Order: sequence, then structure tokens, then C-alpha cells
Amino acid sequence: MEHVSVPAPDELVRRHASPGASLIAVLHAIQDETGFVPPDVVAPLARAFNLSRAEVHGVLTYYHHFRTHPPARVAVALCRAEACRSMGTETLARHIEGRTGCRFDASREAGDGQTHGQAHEVELESVYCLGQCALSPSLTINGVLHVKVTPEKFDALLEQARAGAASTPERTKENV
Amino acid sequence: MTTRVFVPRDSSALALGADAIASAIVQEAARRGVAVELVRNGSRGLLWLEPLVEVQTPQGRIGYGNVEASDVASLFEAGFLTGGAHPRSVGLVEEIPYLKRQQRLTFARLGLTDPLSIDDYVAHGGLAGLKAALGMSPEAACQTVLDSGLRGRGGAAFPAGIKWLTVREAKASQKYIVCNADEGDSGTFSDRLAMEGDPFALIEGMIIAGIATGATRGYLYVRSEYPHSIDVLRAAIDKARAAGWLGEQVLGSEHRFELEVAKGAGSYVCGEETALLESLEGKRGIVRAKPPVPALSGLFGQPTVVNNVITLATVPIIFARGAQFYRDFGMGRSRGTLPFQLAGNIKHGGLVELAFGVTLRELVDTFGGGTASGRPVRAVQVGGPLGTYLPESQWDIPLDYEAYAAVGAVVGHGGLVVHDDTSNLAELAQYAMHFCAVESCGKCTPCRIGSTRGVEVIARIRNGDTSEKQVQLLRDLCDTMVSGSLCAMGGMTPYPVLSALDHFPEDFGLRPAAPKAAAA
Repeated sequence: MEHVSVPAPDELVRRHASPGASLIAVLHAIQDETGFVPPDVVAPLARAFNLSRAEVHGVLTYYHHFRTHPPARVAVALCRAEACRSMGTETLARHIEGRTGCRFDASREAGDGQTHGQAHEVELESVYCLGQCALSPSLTINGVLHVKVTPEKFDALLEQARAGAASTPERTKENV
Repeated sequence: MTTRVFVPRDSSALALGADAIASAIVQEAARRGVAVELVRNGSRGLLWLEPLVEVQTPQGRIGYGNVEASDVASLFEAGFLTGGAHPRSVGLVEEIPYLKRQQRLTFARLGLTDPLSIDDYVAHGGLAGLKAALGMSPEAACQTVLDSGLRGRGGAAFPAGIKWLTVREAKASQKYIVCNADEGDSGTFSDRLAMEGDPFALIEGMIIAGIATGATRGYLYVRSEYPHSIDVLRAAIDKARAAGWLGEQVLGSEHRFELEVAKGAGSYVCGEETALLESLEGKRGIVRAKPPVPALSGLFGQPTVVNNVITLATVPIIFARGAQFYRDFGMGRSRGTLPFQLAGNIKHGGLVELAFGVTLRELVDTFGGGTASGRPVRAVQVGGPLGTYLPESQWDIPLDYEAYAAVGAVVGHGGLVVHDDTSNLAELAQYAMHFCAVESCGKCTPCRIGSTRGVEVIARIRNGDTSEKQVQLLRDLCDTMVSGSLCAMGGMTPYPVLSALDHFPEDFGLRPAAPKAAAA
């Protein structure tokens, strides 16, 4: 079992809730630091923004990007939208499920709290368009984009990611 | 002599290993002791050739397509620095018919420049529009946009000049320019190419919009699925500020303008302008009822221009070349050019900017080269997930807002998703309803409930209950969604569904409609 150490909720809010920042920007900042938004930041965030906890919870859970549990060691986000469908993303999805033994969107369907603070090995998420529609199918693994993905290419990427060889999401920043 | 070598750095090229290619070129050049100046340009939009490496020669820029890092040694061996022959060579890039036959106005600089070089930008005609705008009255600037015939390129095609004039005439202490960069439609990537390949054009367009309308603050709302675009825009804004384009005195004038990037959080409906404004305010992205329109009561209740990336990135050339120049392109009430995006199952996918009036057949066959799979094209979805599926009988209709509307189709944001003859349109129709159920903001019932009921009824039909009763139920449901939804999410999801049902009934297990059967 992998334990995830996260700063205390009050500390996270103090660090990121700068005056004038929007709630969404603060949630991004928290998730960028910890990999997810711990549900117990809702109360201190509500106090900081002078909102009800329901309002903060509403924003946190409305947006697909925000997650309330730690990401798996290998997080796969596969595009399931039209352009990728025309190039076999559904066949690829079945291959990925068979290969990893996981189901797409299982954590979302199970709701929050099903992970008990435990980070899973692999997590599969459906996303709708990564903007690479001329190079379908596309997916990200731990935030790194891959295009023209075949089952064979996926297997190789999965091996790399499992071996910890996957590049970090910071990669894109180096290119600017 | 130093040779300039171009390796693109947009996210498509990066996903195909452009960084590894760039470093291999630098290493190999050092090993051989030859001087190379590496330029990380934007993509040319010829995405099927990515990564497309180019070399500056006296004849022009010579390209090498689909390069892999392992090709680099052999490229040097073949003398690619002087345009030497190599299996990867595609010759002079400007002469590639796909590019040569385009009319690039909005994307005039795409791939030519380093996207983050202000010097490159100005050397290629940048900033001329802003300088022209500073020399005219705000009213004349709004009139220029109106005269150009520019309509909102996000999909709704509302005349940009009318929106600008409305904001101009509104009385308020604070007005805003908001760029809608929440490009969530599958099959579209022109916003992304503009942001990653020519960010200064978008920034220049937003500054002009500010001057014309009296808005002093701008926001770029970019979807979180585009982290690379966000990084490029933030770097470009910093450079623009350092160069005096932004701040208290835009280029030394009396105009003030500030600009920042706001990151979305994964919500398709936030591409709808009022949901986007809610999200910018830090709330759930729930659609607002209109009126009031955002031009009168938008961000934080203030008059706000909300325009799509392509609309704003087109503004500089209109000011640089004049409204008449832009207006001379296009047909009917669809003036200027549209950057079409060839996507899905297509051999030559990429960006094709052309004047309105081109046909689907020309785009898919002549430019696209048919399907990637080599099988016959069966259907093309135009205008994103809320656009219709067009069968072959409709491929000769000119791409023009009104001509498409006349057959119940939409040009939208100009995205084309091609499907070959193995596609199942009933499955795609069910997916359209499923997508609506996943992304509905939940405010109005036809969309929130209707989408889930739509998935169910299409599933029943696909499972063999092809009775007239089920088909009528689906049509009634679509009618309710079209007429009763607050925004295009629920209101247009029936477009792909009904077009699939009408043109491809056999995929639902239904007999083709009577008139069609009689004709056959």
C-alpha cells in the first residue's frame, strides 16, 4: 500500500488562497501541489472565500479535472470522442482494459472515498478530446500526451510508465 | 555558415518525439562540427507530416516529414542541411499542394516563425493591425470589424462587429474582453494551433478589441486539456508586457489593457459563453438564461465581449489589410476564410484555411486524400459533436453558414470528422446522447434528463426493438431537446442523432425511408 502524505488542509488553503484568486484557480493550485484536492479542504476554503461548504463542494465536484482522491501511479486518460472513435479508440479501450485488468471510469462511478487513501497501480479515465484529432487515437499517461496510439504502442508506454520511466508532467514547461 | 533548422514545438510534434529529434540534431551537428541554428517553430498545420523538420536553403525551406530521432544521423549523411535527397524529404514546403492551395489569412504566420519571438512576429507583419487601430477612433475600429463581415468563429457565427458595438455603447466603469479558448469539440484544433503557433496574433486581437470597446481587462479562458497552450500563452503575455503592448499605456498610447490566462477544469459546457463566464467567476459552469446578453451583462455583471480564439486572432489582419481586403474572400453572408480542420479517419489530417464556399468533397478528397484506412468515406460530421453527419449526397454543398443551415447542418467551428464504411452511425448517435449526459450542466431538464433517456431509447432500438413507437419516441425526445433546452448542448445534441437516423437508418436496423427506397 502506498501512503500519500499531504499537507494539513489549513496549510494548503493558506498557501494557495491568495486574495483576488478565483476558487477554481485555488483548487488548481492545490491539485497541482498534491495531485488531488483532499475533501477536508472544503471547510477551510469555504471560510477563506466566505462561501458555504455546499458551494465549494459544488465547484470541486462539478469539474471533471478535479479529483478528490490520490491519482494512481499510472493514470491513463483516453480520448473517447468522435475523431478518436473513427480511428478505433473503442477497440483500443477494450485492449487497455484487458491489459490492465481495470475498468474505465471505475473510480468516478464508485464515488469518493472508495480508495481509503490508497493509491492504485493503474487508473483508466475517459476524456473527450485532447485536441489531436488529426492524429487519433490520443491519450495521456500521467499527463504526458501520446498520439496515433496502437495497442502495441500502448503496451510499450504502459511498460515504461510502470517502470517509472514515464516523463513527468513538468515536461511541457521545459519547451517554453 | 550557420544553417537554420526548424523543429516544431507544438503539442502534436512534441507527442511524436520532436524534443528528441531536436536534441539529436544538435548533438549530431556538434559531433560533425557543423554550425546549426535550431529554431523551434510552430506546426505548419500539415499534421500528417509531423514531426516536420525544415531546413532553410537558398531555394526556400525544404521539409522532411514524419522524422524520427533515429533518422537524424542518416539525414546528416544525406546532406539535409543543404536540402539533400532523403526518403523523408517532402521538398519545398511552400510548394506542397496542400499548403500552396490554401488562403492563409488568420494563419499567415503558422509554422513560419518561432511562436515566442516578438522579432519574428513583427518581421512577418505582426503589430501592423494594432498600430492601425491606434490611429482610428474606437467607433471606427468597431465599424471596421463590422465592415469586414467577420462572424464569430466559435460556431454561432454572430457578427463580431455588432457585439463589439454593443459593448462600446454600453455605459459601465469596467468592461471586459474574454477569449473563449475552451475548444472542446472533437475534430477541432484550430484554436490550439493558433495559441501554440502564433500566440501574439491572439494577444494583438484582444488588445484591439479592448481599444475598440473601451475594455481594459482581458481573460483567456483555456481548457485544462491544453496545458501546452496555457504555457505558451503565459510566456507570450509576459513578453508582450515587457515589450510595452500591455499595461497602462499600450504601445505608448493613452489606452490601458491587461491580460491574463484562466485555466478551465474539464467541462465541455464551459465552451458556451455564459457557462464560461460563470466558470471565470470561480463558480460551477452552469449556463445562464439570456437575456441579458453578455455584451450588456457579462463577466461580474459588466459589459463583456466573448469571442472565440479564431475570431480574435483574425482581427489583426483585418486592421492591417483593411475590412475590404478580408471581405473580398468568401461567399454570401459568410465573409473571409475559415480554418477547416480535417480530422478523424483521414489520410492527410490537418489545418486547411480557405475562403467560405469550398465543398466537403474538395476538402476530404483533394486535400485530405480520403480515409486513413483506405476504405470509402461513409459520413462526415461537420461542426463538432453537435453537428450533423453528412452523407455523400450532401458533400457538394458549399461550406457557407446559410447554405449549411438550409439543410439543417452547421458549419460550426469548421471541424470535419471523417468516418469510413466500417462506422456504425447508430452507435455514434448513442454516443452523442451519452456525451450530452456526461457533460450536461444540469440546469435545464430537456438536456439533463433527455440525454439519458436518449441513450436508453437508442440502445433499445439497436437491441432490436425497431417498432415505429420507439422511433417516434426518439424523435419526440429530440424535438423536446431542440425546443426546450437553454443552450446548444441539449438543443443541438439531436442534430447528430437525427441526421444519423435520417441518412443511415440501416445502422439502427430500420428500413430506409420510403422516398429514398423509391429513388433507388
